[in-house]
Amino acid sequence: MNYLTEAKHLLKENIRDYGMYIALAVIMLVFTLQTDGLFLSSRNISNLLDSAGYIAVLAVGMTLVIVIRHIDLSVGFLAGFLGAVAAIFLTQMGVSVFITIPVILIFGALIGLVNGFLIAKIGIPAFVATLAGMLIFRGALLLVTERTGTIIVNDDGFNAIGNGFIPSLLEINGLHLLSLIVGLIGILFYIYSEFSTRKDKLKYGFEVMSIGLFMTKILMISAIIAYITWLLAGYNGFSWTVIIMLGVVVIYHFMTTKTVLGRHIYAVGSNPEAAHLSGINVNKITYFVFGSMGMLAALSGILFTSRLQSATTTAGTLFELDAIAAAYVGGVSSAGGVGKVTGAIIGAIVMASLSSGMNLLGVGISYQYIIRGGVLAAAVIFDVMTRRKRG
Amino acid sequence: MSDYILEMNNITKEFVGVKALSDVSFKVKRGEIHCLIGENGAGKSTLMKVLSGVYPYGQYEGDIVFEGKVQKFNKVNDSEAAGIGIIYQELALFPELTVYENIFAGNEIKKGPFIDWNQTITEASKLLKKVNLKVKPEVHVKDLGVGKQQLIEIAKALSKDVKLLILDEPTAALNEDDSENLLELLKELKSQGISCIMISHKLKEVISIADKATILRDGKTICTLDAEKGEIKENLIIKNMVGRDIEDIYPKRLDKKIGETVLELKNWSAFDVELGRNVVKNANLHLKKGEIIGIAGLMGSGRTELALSIFGNPKGYKLDGELFVHGEKKKFKHTSDAIKAHIAYVTEDRKGDGLFLIQDIKSNISAAHLKGISHKGVLNLNEEVKVGTDYKDKLHVKANSLEQIVGKLSGGNQQKVSLGKWLFTGPKILILDEPTRGIDVGAKFEIYTIMNELINEGLSIIMISSELGEVLGMSDRVYVMAEGAIKGELDISDATQESIMELATQ
Repeated sequence: MNYLTEAKHLLKENIRDYGMYIALAVIMLVFTLQTDGLFLSSRNISNLLDSAGYIAVLAVGMTLVIVIRHIDLSVGFLAGFLGAVAAIFLTQMGVSVFITIPVILIFGALIGLVNGFLIAKIGIPAFVATLAGMLIFRGALLLVTERTGTIIVNDDGFNAIGNGFIPSLLEINGLHLLSLIVGLIGILFYIYSEFSTRKDKLKYGFEVMSIGLFMTKILMISAIIAYITWLLAGYNGFSWTVIIMLGVVVIYHFMTTKTVLGRHIYAVGSNPEAAHLSGINVNKITYFVFGSMGMLAALSGILFTSRLQSATTTAGTLFELDAIAAAYVGGVSSAGGVGKVTGAIIGAIVMASLSSGMNLLGVGISYQYIIRGGVLAAAVIFDVMTRRKRG
Repeated sequence: MSDYILEMNNITKEFVGVKALSDVSFKVKRGEIHCLIGENGAGKSTLMKVLSGVYPYGQYEGDIVFEGKVQKFNKVNDSEAAGIGIIYQELALFPELTVYENIFAGNEIKKGPFIDWNQTITEASKLLKKVNLKVKPEVHVKDLGVGKQQLIEIAKALSKDVKLLILDEPTAALNEDDSENLLELLKELKSQGISCIMISHKLKEVISIADKATILRDGKTICTLDAEKGEIKENLIIKNMVGRDIEDIYPKRLDKKIGETVLELKNWSAFDVELGRNVVKNANLHLKKGEIIGIAGLMGSGRTELALSIFGNPKGYKLDGELFVHGEKKKFKHTSDAIKAHIAYVTEDRKGDGLFLIQDIKSNISAAHLKGISHKGVLNLNEEVKVGTDYKDKLHVKANSLEQIVGKLSGGNQQKVSLGKWLFTGPKILILDEPTRGIDVGAKFEIYTIMNELINEGLSIIMISSELGEVLGMSDRVYVMAEGAIKGELDISDATQESIMELATQ
């Protein structure tokens, strides 16, 4: 196979995955041209990624929930409520930020387990169980903020999560050194893992990509990481939000693709009866997925509260639907068993890019909703079409 | 007008690669009860689906002549309009609706644009009287027993002015009283001029009620027996039902080495909470090392339920009795416990609960034994490819690559993947439920050969099968089940198709 036919073949095989990246690239290109490059400015990209953070972490959890054929509507107000609880811990109770954050995350996981219990053990449809949760946490949020209204958080350490950046150490030509180092480490790690995977495959005597295409892939992806690093380093460097988001993606990506637990999740999603007969404990998997969803909702609440530097009475409104939309744009299938964590993040970035780009262009909010809805529908239509073609 | 209300002439129906019906002719006289008999997979249901328009005109060859006219049914509504009513084994009622709503569902009595409920109730009462059912029309269907629900299905058919009523195993789920009732009703309807086709496995019923009986085998009409000529007799029916010699598709196992008992059931019962009855009754069974035992019986006789109750009880039956594996008494809480005890169960429904159809071959093969390709919970994906390749080659799975999606493989290859998945768990006891259902003869032979190889490697196999030829060709011993109970145990030297059928139709 020569270089071009191999590349074409690869593209055809993975059209759904690559399609998403191509769509993101097209969206970014269009906005960049329309805004005379303003869209791809360091400052805008940095803001865009930060504003995507609290939805992106929810979308990761939501993807797994949808993969096992359920849904979680409670996460928006759960995030809002737990964000407010965190604010109360920090301001009214004087708890240190290093205790607040783990405690809030554990709260989230426990609440998620309750959802899992209602769904797996009691047998309540996820839609109903989590709808009840949504109402309850909305009420709970109002209750805890009733006396004070918006709670202003003054803890600098906490606020840095949503607004701060990693220290720069040294500035070279206006570029932040530590961010450059982080980017470089990322690239080296990526190249190392690609080479070691390839070496392993060769050791087993399996087929691998031709060396030309392999090098092209490495160069392209390294270039993208380098470009993003350079962009961010030119503003304030990597924000803590981006670092947290990357951490969540790396952990969940590893978990879903490289562990037994991940495999069990997809097995339960693609055929629960067969999974049960294969010795997989379907209930346990459901607990785990909802528990992780709850924990990520807590994380989302922390990111949002810290970004606003305050807990508001309406925090979390419609987060769950934004997360669901991001997950679907990212290629999850409601029939179960299909969907990637990386897709969820790209989905969230696509949606955030649309908002950001349209804001720069001064598109009215009414059109923004319509266009975002259209993109969601288009993504799902593309999904259905490509799947039908292959099926 | 001709004597025959229905003539089906030279019907041939092909599915991709498989002839389900070949040149079948079937005639029903006005006002007779005609039974349609055959083994599972003989083509009875397909024939009735052709008749009722489930398979529309043009998808089969041959003619359907109903009431003297060649009919071209395109959908079920067409055959209903012509006066053919069909009642499937799985009842199609709405349990949450009332009896009168059910009877007229899809056929509502209207006054202007609105439903005339008063008229509906009046008509429903008349129909209930006609089928001898003494319940109020306002009762919810879910509150009635299966026997009464069956009668409501018949009332529903009568509401559409049916001339020919088709019943697919109507008594399969009924107790004796209800069955008796139903058969009486059919006789009564016959006296009112309604003809009836009944598919049944219960030979006693056939003998008591049929005017004619047509026997199908392997998609062909074998013969039509006539009660007036005294032809409807048990031995004659069974002989024609099975009537073929075991072909040479069963590879012989040389030098059998049968060892110690590896699995034993003592007074084993399983109670299904949802159905509210015992699906396995007091079973006693044993399996020895290096042995294939066949479990024969008709569909619904409790064979799959028996297998599942052994294999970690995924359906949550209430179990009673004792299970011994390698002499040790066991209680499995989950399928994973059974797998740990080296038992594997290859399901009869590979698409429904066997395979992950949207996943590829290698992930299916590793799915039940991820421990075998992981270390501390982290997968070794290269090891997975290696394992997948091994089993793909060993079982001769025909596929382009290991990454092929299992849903796109042929039935035989899917079955091999399903088998591979379980062999990778390293079983000592392999339960095969209908191992060759829906796969072609070539693939069947391969599966049998694999079974023999496994036995030589020291495994023991429980094979559940509805194909008598397979049971006789492959087993060392045969258990026959009916209505959840083991009705008999036969050594292979004593087992014949007739002796098995006799036990299975008790």
